[in-house]
Amino acid sequence: MSENISLSHGGGGRQTLDLIQGIFTKRFGMKDPMTDSAILAVPSAMIAFTTDSYVIDPIFFPGGNIGKLAICGTVNDLAVSGADPKYIAAAFIIEEGFGTSDLEKIASSMADQAEAAGVKIVTGDTKVVEKGQCDGLFITTTGVGILREEYAHISSAIRVRPGDRLIINGSSGNHAVTILASRRNLTFDAPLISDCAALNHMIRKVLDNNDGVHFMRDLTRGGLAAVLNELAVMTGRGITVEEDSVPVDEPVRGLCEILGFDPLAMANEGKVIVVAAPGEADKILNIMRSCPEGKDSSIIGIVTDERPGRVVLNSSTGGTRFLDMPSGIQLPRIC
Amino acid sequence: MKYVDEFREKKLILNLADQINRSARGEYTFMEVCGGHTAAIHRFGIPSLLPPGIKLISGPGCPVCVTAADYIDRLIALSFTRGVAVATFGDLMRVPGTISSLSEAHAGGADVRVVLSAYEALEIAWSHHDLNVVFPAIGFETTAPGTAVTVMKSASEGTENFFVLNAHKVMPPAMEAIIRGGTHIDGFICPGHVSVITGSSAFEFIPRNYSLACVITGFEPTDILSAILMLIRQISDNNPHVEIQYNRAVTPAGNVKAQEFMNEVFEPCDAEWRGLGVIHSGGLTLREKFVNFDAGASFNIEVTHHEPDPVCICGEILRGVSRPDECVLFATACTPVHPVGACMVSDEGACNTFFKYHVHE
Amino acid sequence: MCLSVPALIVSVDGEMADVSVGGAIFRAGLQMVENVRVGDYVLLHAGFAIEKLNEEDALETLRLLKEMDDAMTE
Repeated sequence: MSENISLSHGGGGRQTLDLIQGIFTKRFGMKDPMTDSAILAVPSAMIAFTTDSYVIDPIFFPGGNIGKLAICGTVNDLAVSGADPKYIAAAFIIEEGFGTSDLEKIASSMADQAEAAGVKIVTGDTKVVEKGQCDGLFITTTGVGILREEYAHISSAIRVRPGDRLIINGSSGNHAVTILASRRNLTFDAPLISDCAALNHMIRKVLDNNDGVHFMRDLTRGGLAAVLNELAVMTGRGITVEEDSVPVDEPVRGLCEILGFDPLAMANEGKVIVVAAPGEADKILNIMRSCPEGKDSSIIGIVTDERPGRVVLNSSTGGTRFLDMPSGIQLPRIC
Repeated sequence: MKYVDEFREKKLILNLADQINRSARGEYTFMEVCGGHTAAIHRFGIPSLLPPGIKLISGPGCPVCVTAADYIDRLIALSFTRGVAVATFGDLMRVPGTISSLSEAHAGGADVRVVLSAYEALEIAWSHHDLNVVFPAIGFETTAPGTAVTVMKSASEGTENFFVLNAHKVMPPAMEAIIRGGTHIDGFICPGHVSVITGSSAFEFIPRNYSLACVITGFEPTDILSAILMLIRQISDNNPHVEIQYNRAVTPAGNVKAQEFMNEVFEPCDAEWRGLGVIHSGGLTLREKFVNFDAGASFNIEVTHHEPDPVCICGEILRGVSRPDECVLFATACTPVHPVGACMVSDEGACNTFFKYHVHE
Repeated sequence: MCLSVPALIVSVDGEMADVSVGGAIFRAGLQMVENVRVGDYVLLHAGFAIEKLNEEDALETLRLLKEMDDAMTE
């Protein structure tokens, strides 16, 4: 294949076939014949179905790239609904001139990540647009997972009650700060990387060994602050968070101090909030801590019946204030 | 982090809060005049630790908030000028001009870039000879010396494509205008980092002429609470003077080198403070010998002056006369996502802070 | 922008320095401060060191706070 992707690769003819076969199908484990639709056998159960577009800038960043992000993001959306992620569709919009070897690296990342997560990429699409019509590469991934009846309550939060504990699986803000630093060519004395990771194995372990999970959501744009506020509004309950209990890495704190950001409102790509029944919280915490993606898990707060719809933060310094829904576009194209 | 964590120890904070609760007699109104203090007070939940008789009001200490709408309009016009790049602090991006903002201008194709310092803007000029780089110079005495150093460097290097659109302001005249404007204040939490540059002597006129208590404090919760305790004591001893709580950074004389740089490049002038009107000697202007770096003189930018929205009461809020929730637009037409007045845009603005932490109380 | 934070000098190169804020490295102009060495703490504001932080005074402030703390717990 040539060094760069050109418009002819998107033309639907021989060069398109070269692109698809040369870069995608073998890596994704797709077998002939190539059909317009992937035909899949699905047990009679509910299906969890999700889609996301990825436009991150920069495309390659410490801890991953746009491809890894796309697979992890879609797998996580399915996993936090309580579903078993199974199949992924991947659509690529490629800017004319994008480096072929970069595209190969991204495709390989996606294949590796899919294999590690236990999902199959079964169908996809590629388009090539003229220079300037998109910024390098945009990816859209759509995912399907199998959802058992016993987990159907998780995404709607209907079982969330006062007294429930909130658990996070690790430190807040690493992805956003890594991206911010990459864009401004800032460095760190100890390397800081994005927390981009698939969480389905950890979540599966929790769900298989416990029935105390009342709600889960992954923390992406808007971070912890956004998800907690959404939850408070969804359930009509209050939430109290102990700032001391939220893990935040030093370099994230440092950069947020200087730029005036709140580490609790920064984007993540490998973090989940698990809302657990009070009697099960410690057990769930220990299961999470036994997994690599959850080794720094921490109970950070509690659902209350005070101040419905609001999130109260008990600050590390003894004072109390609201943790509000983040507003404005703090960082564009963070995922 | 050193110089930070030790000053945030919970036990020390709760003890100070306890002391304040036991020393306070009656009602006090303390004004802080630094955006950094506004943000810190609310971020650390300081009001929740104080007795109900102590009222903390915000003054015009947020440089973004006191920047006139016309200034933003001129920057937007510059950003759309062929060959001009506006390299600005991030805080200015969403400040509303008359009808638009730099952020919207950027979305419309204007060359607007975010920098962390004036020096970074100069470096852009050095690496892009085809661009005229304009740096919006806003901020008080903390920031002006950095602009001054950069302008002097630009001059010594013979740089011809670097300009500043100057709007630097100085605090003491604005504080005096507020006192004379009649806002009831029992004491000032004086700006910590402005004082690093000016020295505590810049505020001596307040206790001397107006018998008001003054404490210069830092930005950690123990600093702010100590200052409140010190103000209460000054009042109960009937001994108003300028006290330095932030002695690890502030001295009576201040940073003389920084003052020299500021005086080399700037001289005092009357300036418009958004919401307060023209403050005599409230601003800084580039000295004649640096006129080559003045974007105002080098580019012909005409903007139509518009009167501010009469319903927006940013002015009264900046003077400490009204509270954010007393504005009709607050949390309705004016929110952090769609700000009408500058007090809502900046994270250090009184309205923005109030919205984040108090709106549904 | 308006924030000034304590920063540790990690290297000096003429009138510029690399400073660390909790591990994040930034450039700072040293034109306004004197006799600054690696290991010193400065106040970083908008890309410039605006003052050297005085360790003795900082420790004194903390000592006074702790004294008050001890007095209250007696």
